[in-house]
Amino acid sequence: MADAATNKVAFELVTPTALAISEDVDMVVVPGSEGDFGVLAGHTPILTTVRPGVINMYTGGAITKSLFVEGGFAEANPERCTVLAESATDVSELSAADAEARLTAAREALASADEDAKEAAEKELRIAEEMVRAAGGSAAQH
Amino acid sequence: MATLKELKTRISSVKSTQKITSAMKMVAASRLKRAQEAAEAGRPYAERMERMMASILDNPGALEGAGALLSGTGSDDTHLIVVVTSDRGLCGGFNSSISRESRIRIRELHGDSKNVKILCVGRKGRDQLKTEFGDAIIDTYEGIGKAGVQFDEAQGVAAKIIEMFEAGEFDVCTIIYNKFVSAITQEVTPRQIIPVQLAEAEDEAETAAPTGPSAIYEFEPSEEEILAELLPANLNVQVFRALLESSASEHGARMSAMDNATRNAGEMIDDLSMIYNRTRQAKITSELIEIISGAEAL
Repeated sequence: MADAATNKVAFELVTPTALAISEDVDMVVVPGSEGDFGVLAGHTPILTTVRPGVINMYTGGAITKSLFVEGGFAEANPERCTVLAESATDVSELSAADAEARLTAAREALASADEDAKEAAEKELRIAEEMVRAAGGSAAQH
Repeated sequence: MATLKELKTRISSVKSTQKITSAMKMVAASRLKRAQEAAEAGRPYAERMERMMASILDNPGALEGAGALLSGTGSDDTHLIVVVTSDRGLCGGFNSSISRESRIRIRELHGDSKNVKILCVGRKGRDQLKTEFGDAIIDTYEGIGKAGVQFDEAQGVAAKIIEMFEAGEFDVCTIIYNKFVSAITQEVTPRQIIPVQLAEAEDEAETAAPTGPSAIYEFEPSEEEILAELLPANLNVQVFRALLESSASEHGARMSAMDNATRNAGEMIDDLSMIYNRTRQAKITSELIEIISGAEAL
């Protein structure tokens, strides 16, 4: 657990099947549903939903790790930041082709969805779009 | 008295049964290890989810805007019971203890003139309950956890529960499952999941680190919107957890049942071999007597 003296924030990323990340970092940027927000040590307590997107962990002024999440919940307080996500994938492991395939599938599903399924299909489409963006971003970096 | 040949076949058939039970025991042991790891890996998520729930509920006024998932429908006329058992037998009292508990509960509820609906997860529970409560069984899920319990399997069950709840088909939902205590002990656990029971939530949350003087959280978007997402997610987790616990318990129960069976088969083989040897000895003795007395007569 980080204390104020080290100016680190204890970041945890938890999925139903594992404690994916538990690390002290300088800052973590979380894609909140109302906009991205960065959490430094001493952050005001906040609870928010997370939209599909990429979580960036910063240490020493550089991104140490980027993870793609499909949405979830985030809780921050002065000592720690906890993100609950149903799945988390390292951005470097995302493949642009998979993401594109998912996007195509999502578009088709939305086109053929009836009223009931529409909401779920739209959600899936948003996830796929973000996934493509995240995968593309990582491809550009390499 | 059985003939030697009969005894021999008997012994060899018990021996092959023993081989099967000991193989099943070994399979269950390795599955148990995996299931136990999965159950442990799932714990942090559930704990933190409880902590978040507690953070929201600590906030004054959170309860007012909360949906029916949290506060209930205001009545308790119709109960939904989710019975979690296994698909396969040969695991000792694992399934029958669940159906016994379910039967007691359902009879009690019927006694209070409440409606009861049953959702079975696992074939054995349905088989054991259908004679008495066949009409009440709405649906059965089979094949869950075949290759380890997956989160989307739990989601499927939870989605069905929520769908029924939103359609107003029940007021209170309880899930009955075997809680994993150790490889040889399981505990039948009924847990009310709708409306959410706060006392239990707090109970679970005390394992998590205390947040100090409960901080006033900011909510983004509003508390209601977060709750609207968090409550179904919480339900997913509760169901997932129950399935994980149940799967670990099942393998534990099967392992100890098969261990007993193997031991019993061993005892049986010893007894049968003893009888076999005595019979053989008696036969030899009587043959000798016949030969000797035949020789003396000459």
